[in-house]
Amino acid sequence: MHARARNYVSESEVCKLESVPLDFGDYHPLKPITVTESKTKKMTRKGSTSSTSSSSSSSMMDPLSSVLDGTDPLSLFAAAADPVTTAPPTDGARRKRDKDESSAVGSDFEPWSSKRGEILARYTTTEKLSIVSGGKATTTGSAVSEKVRTRLEELDDLEEGSQKELLNLTQQDYMNRIEELNQSLKDAWSSDQKVKALKIVIQCSKLLSDTTVIQFYPSKFVLITDILDTFGKLVYERILSMCVDNRVSLPDNFSPESVNDTAKETCLNWFFKIASIRELIPRFYVEAAILKCNKFLSKTGISECLPRLTSMIRGIGDPLVAVYARAYLCRVGMEVAPQLKESLNKNFFDFLLTFKQIHGDTVQNQLVVQCVEIPLYLTLYSPAIDWILQCIAYHAPDCCDDALLLNSVMSAFRAEFIAARSMDFIAMIKECDESGFPKHLLFRSLGLNLALADPPENDRLQILNEAWKVITKLKNPQDYINCAEVWVEYTCRHFTKREVNTVLADVIKHMTPDRAFEDAYPQEKFLPFLDMFQKESVRVEVCKCIMESFIKHQQESTKDPVILNALLHICKTMHDSVNALTLEDEKRMLAALINGFIKMVSFGRDFEQQLSFYVEARSMFCNLEPVLVQLIHSVNQLAMETRRVMKGNHSRKTAAFVRACVAFCFITIPSLSSIFTCLNLYLHSGQVALANQCLSQADAFFKAAVSLVPEVPKMISVDGKMRPSDAFLLEFLCNFFSTLLVVPDHPEQGVLFLVRGLLNVIQDYTWEDNSDDKIRIYTNVLHLLSAMTQETFIYHVDKVDSNDTLYGGDSKFLAEINKLSETVVSQILDHLKTLGKEETLKRQSQLAHYFFNTIVAHGDLRNNRLNQLSVNLWNLAQKHGFADTKTMVKTLEYIKRRSKQPDMSHFTDLALRLPLQSRT
Amino acid sequence: EVLSGVVVITSKDTVQHQGISLTMEGSVNLQLSAKNVGVFEAFCNTAKPIQIINSTIEMVKPGKLPSGKTEIPFEFPLQMKGNKVLYETYHGVFVNIQYTLRCDMRRSLLAKDLTKTCEFIVHSLSQKGKLLPSPVDFTITPETLQNVKERASLPKFLIRGHLNSTNCVITQPLTGELVVESAEAAVKSIELQLVRVETCGCAEGYARDATEIQNIQIADGDVCRGLPIPIHMVFPRLFTCPTLETTNFKVEFEVNIVVLLHDDHLITENFPLKLCRM
Repeated sequence: MHARARNYVSESEVCKLESVPLDFGDYHPLKPITVTESKTKKMTRKGSTSSTSSSSSSSMMDPLSSVLDGTDPLSLFAAAADPVTTAPPTDGARRKRDKDESSAVGSDFEPWSSKRGEILARYTTTEKLSIVSGGKATTTGSAVSEKVRTRLEELDDLEEGSQKELLNLTQQDYMNRIEELNQSLKDAWSSDQKVKALKIVIQCSKLLSDTTVIQFYPSKFVLITDILDTFGKLVYERILSMCVDNRVSLPDNFSPESVNDTAKETCLNWFFKIASIRELIPRFYVEAAILKCNKFLSKTGISECLPRLTSMIRGIGDPLVAVYARAYLCRVGMEVAPQLKESLNKNFFDFLLTFKQIHGDTVQNQLVVQCVEIPLYLTLYSPAIDWILQCIAYHAPDCCDDALLLNSVMSAFRAEFIAARSMDFIAMIKECDESGFPKHLLFRSLGLNLALADPPENDRLQILNEAWKVITKLKNPQDYINCAEVWVEYTCRHFTKREVNTVLADVIKHMTPDRAFEDAYPQEKFLPFLDMFQKESVRVEVCKCIMESFIKHQQESTKDPVILNALLHICKTMHDSVNALTLEDEKRMLAALINGFIKMVSFGRDFEQQLSFYVEARSMFCNLEPVLVQLIHSVNQLAMETRRVMKGNHSRKTAAFVRACVAFCFITIPSLSSIFTCLNLYLHSGQVALANQCLSQADAFFKAAVSLVPEVPKMISVDGKMRPSDAFLLEFLCNFFSTLLVVPDHPEQGVLFLVRGLLNVIQDYTWEDNSDDKIRIYTNVLHLLSAMTQETFIYHVDKVDSNDTLYGGDSKFLAEINKLSETVVSQILDHLKTLGKEETLKRQSQLAHYFFNTIVAHGDLRNNRLNQLSVNLWNLAQKHGFADTKTMVKTLEYIKRRSKQPDMSHFTDLALRLPLQSRT
Repeated sequence: EVLSGVVVITSKDTVQHQGISLTMEGSVNLQLSAKNVGVFEAFCNTAKPIQIINSTIEMVKPGKLPSGKTEIPFEFPLQMKGNKVLYETYHGVFVNIQYTLRCDMRRSLLAKDLTKTCEFIVHSLSQKGKLLPSPVDFTITPETLQNVKERASLPKFLIRGHLNSTNCVITQPLTGELVVESAEAAVKSIELQLVRVETCGCAEGYARDATEIQNIQIADGDVCRGLPIPIHMVFPRLFTCPTLETTNFKVEFEVNIVVLLHDDHLITENFPLKLCRM
């Protein structure tokens, strides 16, 4: 058999279609249709958020007062047991003063007086108290014990030298005693014994440093600060009265300049006296009590004093004593200068700083000694903290501060404390200004607390409802997920599946269709959040949602390690959900999602990183074949990309890298179960290897493909239906042969080793009985062989010497090809003969025509034998009337047209020898 | 400066007198504390009052004063003899600087001379020039302590802090900060002890006496670790004066930061102060 010589270049020139310049950059027919959709995105987002209802109009109650309202069992009990406390000893003057106070800060500020009674009623004790007192109160005859005497020596001597430590007082006695002290203070003052009055006050405030019988401390604080208030008022009024010039008293908002020197001097004297009080706590309280008197000295006096007193409290070691000192300072500060918020805040922050002390040894030891449990102990703080917060929150200039404080409260306090008051906190959070500190952070903080400690049983559902109402309205997905992740845990802890489902449904609803996930996942908590989805199916659903939106919204490839890590985790979760029972559809979907992710990963020029990512992905997703396929393609692409970057000239390093890529493919492909996938991948990878000058690797691929061909089953499942595989095989083999043209022969194997091998395999393959595929393949092999005889092959792989260069048209090589061709031709002819039966005549005709075409196209028809063969085939095709006349006519026309070309004159003869059979 | 005022004489009838004079005296009295007397017996001689200023003026020549109330105004220039310095009035335990004004009415032999004495206070003028703040940082650990008997038995602690200045204006409080960074034993109390050190001396020797004049507690109980505690102390008006240094005597001030731990360890850190009036 003789192949005709071809000049591919000139042929292509002749055959080429008229070339139309195309702009490949913009338009590619296969490119998916993309719509620029910034507008649509917005729309959808809007749509999804408006679905949530708003109903936060529940009535607001004062969060602070509600803590202490009548339902508190303690206060109920106390009210019943102790009739006096229900009517706290408020004399007319005091009440009047309270009124004055509150008018200074506005009537909406809950005054101290209303707190006072609550505290007294709540913090009671049945234990015996002791008091060190001076003045007239000592007439009650209690025996002077040894202890008293030693105490006497320690104490600064009061003028009368008559103070005693009174032991074993009941609470009621104690309160009476303090009231007596209050009275004796007033008496001393009115009888002009100023020093004695001061000493009484100092003695009283000293009592506040004593924390024995700790559960009574808040009440003690209330009682003693009453005395301090009285004292402060007395001093103030006294100095004010000294300022009366010409019987005209000073206006309310006088300036220090209008105060005369005597009054100033007196005032200064008070401050000097107080400054020399030895002990810290009395010094603090007394100075705070007369804080208002600073007004006489200078305009800035109070604003300078408050911060100083605030930091002075830091010296108080006992946290309980300190917090009450802060509460007192805030109280006085609010009275005197409600506009000075900074010290209030500073007080609060200082308190937060020292809060850790509660768990320190000193406090714990004290509690053990007094047999007080931590929860009870913590409640002792609440009046003071509530008060401080109320002061801070009152007319807060911008709510930002307010919310900030709330947030720090929630993060600083023990979770139990917060949990017990979560309803109040929710109310407060809802009250906060939208423009200030972000609410979602507040809810998040609250949620964190609730995850740690349980709120009261009855409130639980309401808490969830209230909180979720707000959370679900959050527009920003990141804010939303930040909150939601925390609250899901709470929901899981306390509620049934139904609630959890509702919550999850909401989460999914928010996070699915149009959420920009790429923003959400870098959150470190994101993965733990996912882990909270206990039920695997739900978790996988969520993962799928995430991946869908990722693929949909991720515009450009990424290499962010956080994102990669998170998504790998998600993909892994999805992958791990695959088991024997998983539906094909499901698998395909998961695989598509994972593939989408893999395609979005790009490390740019860091090819090695990219490869190692693929390796990692392979180990993670080994159960999903489509993912493996994608990985192989990706790796191949990577290799080609490397080649492109190196412009085909691999350096030693890139060559090694490319070989690594090839090796990756080579070991991955066998793990696939679909044989055609394997074959195609072998072929594809072989081509890549060839393109990258990895000749032996390419050989290995092709050999593997060849040896795999016999295993191709007759029927394969395509889209769930069983189909004969021959069409696929045919297609593959044609493709394969085309590739083999450029594959150079292995120096140690025989000529056309691979082609021969493949032919042998085809020969041995058990073809379908009534199919002509084998012959079609043989015919196609002839195409290949004819191409191989050309001096220069029709195509080449850059930088790879194909057989045309290797053999340089060597006659031995050509002879080999000829031998091979003849074998193939004889195979074809044998087959044609077997088709001579009635029922196979049509196939025979078709095959003959096909073969004829091949010869006309590729054979050298000047060769007589070939010429004769073609004529015979032509006749055979028409012999039994099965030939399609139209095709025959066209073929003939083609031959005639060809004959007009130069060097094709022999076609004219041929055309004459080809009779056209008429239909009749 | 000029000391001015009026002498008021009230009488029912006319008063005969041999002249009225005013005497201004200023002196430093040094006393030795009992414990030092034995040691420095020879010292007694030198411890006699040192006169700073002494001058007399004749107000009224001998004659008669009319009945009723007579007011005689006077002005007295405060001028030092030579290059002596006019110290500020000061009443300490061992050092006293006192200024008096004495009015004497000499009378005939039949009647006793009348004398009236009155102390006046000398406040030095504010010192010129700016007071340079001299901040001091301090760290107290068991290792920094002196006079420790058994260092091993000490609990570990680290107290850091600073005084904003050891050069203090007497009318301004002493300020600073103190941080208990760590302490094994619980803190019981932290106090500021203002100590006055009076030194009397001459060539033969000297006597040095320290008196606590004020003690201010700045921390009570086991304070929070790592939280700065303010140091704030107002100087007591009666017991302090600008730091004084002369050849014969000195009045100096020191502040001790006293940390009392729960196991009754007492840690003291001393800082000399320099007070002045601005």
